[in-house]
Amino acid sequence: MNSSWDRAPCPVEAAPFADRPEGRISRAQAWAQAATGIGNVTVQHAHFDQPLALRSGGVVPAYDLVYETYGTLNAAKSNAVLVCHALSGSHHVAGTYADDLNNLGWWDNLVGPGKPLDTDKFFVVGVNNLGGCHGSTGPKTVNRQTGKPWGAEFPIVTVIDWVHSQVRLTDLLGIDSWAAVMGGSLGGMQALRWSITYPQRVRHALVIAAAPRLTAQNIAFNDVARQAILTDPEFHDGHYYDFGVVPRRGLRLARMLGHITYLSDDSMAAKFGRELRGERLNFDYDVEFQIESYLRYQGDRFATYFDANTYLLMTKALDYFDPARECDGDLSATMARALAKFLVVSFTTDWRFSPARSREIVTALLDARKDVTYAEIASPHGHDSFLMEYAQYHAVMRAYFDNIRV
Amino acid sequence: MLAADRLDYQVIASWVPQDARVLDLGCGDGELLAHLRETRGAVGYGVENDPDRVLGCVRNGISVLQIDLEQGLYGFRDASFDVVVMSDALQALHRTEKVLREMLRVGAEAILSFPNFAYWKHRRAIMEGHMPVSDRLPFQWYDTPNVRFFTIVDFDALCEKLGLRVRERLVLDDQGRPVEEEPNFLGSFALYRLGRDS
Repeated sequence: MNSSWDRAPCPVEAAPFADRPEGRISRAQAWAQAATGIGNVTVQHAHFDQPLALRSGGVVPAYDLVYETYGTLNAAKSNAVLVCHALSGSHHVAGTYADDLNNLGWWDNLVGPGKPLDTDKFFVVGVNNLGGCHGSTGPKTVNRQTGKPWGAEFPIVTVIDWVHSQVRLTDLLGIDSWAAVMGGSLGGMQALRWSITYPQRVRHALVIAAAPRLTAQNIAFNDVARQAILTDPEFHDGHYYDFGVVPRRGLRLARMLGHITYLSDDSMAAKFGRELRGERLNFDYDVEFQIESYLRYQGDRFATYFDANTYLLMTKALDYFDPARECDGDLSATMARALAKFLVVSFTTDWRFSPARSREIVTALLDARKDVTYAEIASPHGHDSFLMEYAQYHAVMRAYFDNIRV
Repeated sequence: MLAADRLDYQVIASWVPQDARVLDLGCGDGELLAHLRETRGAVGYGVENDPDRVLGCVRNGISVLQIDLEQGLYGFRDASFDVVVMSDALQALHRTEKVLREMLRVGAEAILSFPNFAYWKHRRAIMEGHMPVSDRLPFQWYDTPNVRFFTIVDFDALCEKLGLRVRERLVLDDQGRPVEEEPNFLGSFALYRLGRDS
């Protein structure tokens, strides 16, 4: 089993989890990856100058999406797979950059030549979501109408807005229908939304560690994270760019909280237990336990590269996601619109997006008489499991992709 | 063994209506479902809890749901399948009554097959002082996955108790030949087509 923790020499210097953009690894690992994996990739840009009407009633007058592609689009354009990212992910799904060899894509263990999503067979596309902070138009982008960063003026985007925005990229690439749309967590919600809203354009939807809607507890976690940012004195109502500051403390707390919920009690116990950083108890509020050290490190790192406004937007998109609303709460009726075949995957120790939530999707698909396969993977690592390399998980993914005809 | 298995499948297929929606509980790697799809045009889903068998199904292109049957068929709607099949698996489940009730809640009909513990060779083994080991009970007592040991007569009594109607029954000997007389003595394997009392 190859988790990011296993790669990490010690908690303090632990590599961030792979869903972090810039999921840095050591030089030696990067070279090993480059030898067996996808190699160096190039970021591509697409500009869309037609206004995009949003679910909220807002409008984005024009927007850019950054994306990466791996593998080759076949002549029939029938082998394309869209990978949707989760809360803090990006378009950098696999490979490294020539000028940044340590920057390995967040799902590199799954995507590449000979890997479960085999780029010798498939043409894989990763895209940074609208409202993101890795190059696609978002709060930190300059609004051409004002000449200043959008900041808090950037409208709230939802999962369906992302899907609408991605359809234009699909058209630009000349792809009629995706062989598969896949994602984990918030990415899985996008795959689900694609299958409902653009049924003709998705042949398979892979919905991993997702949920048909968040629970109250889940929304509550998101709101605490948002409150941490919103109440940071350096947030300045979202216009912190104008002040040359970043609401670092809020973002750090938001990440620390989120991180706890992505792990399982057992995995934290196994990795950190009550291990102390130093030799003895200090009876003060500085770092004493290794888990504190680890979380603070993760929070600090995250705050250096992630945009607070994007974090707010992403968590709201999670909260609003509820496709069954369109059918008075009847998820089966909603899923009846889909034409895709489905693979639903959950992880036994994931309590943030528990197996029970994936089973709701499965049941709705069964009721709607859709082709669905469901795998419940035994894994100790909680929600983050979907980014890891369990033999059973990857074998199921590989077998499913192998059977997709292109 | 293989020939007898194929006969099981043939019998089950003959009881499955054309183009039926089928749920196969304990579907293994999906061999029976593939057979039903091929011969009856069935639209099928398998239920399996063993990770390797789930993977086998995915490899074979069978729609499979990884579910622990002992927990019941959560969330499956009443009568959402034409037929719910359980081939050679009932004896390996603890919650026998619950599973049977669930099969006929979710399906209009149920098809079940199981080994007959009272088959004469099994009785002889017991008489000789050993737990039976045979083609149909191919396990030693210390490594058997089976947790319920029952006979054709026992199963009939349970169906009666649960209000399940036996619509068809076929009993086979260990050569795979149909048994007419004394099925509980001469039969090593039984197949049932069940419906609800109405």
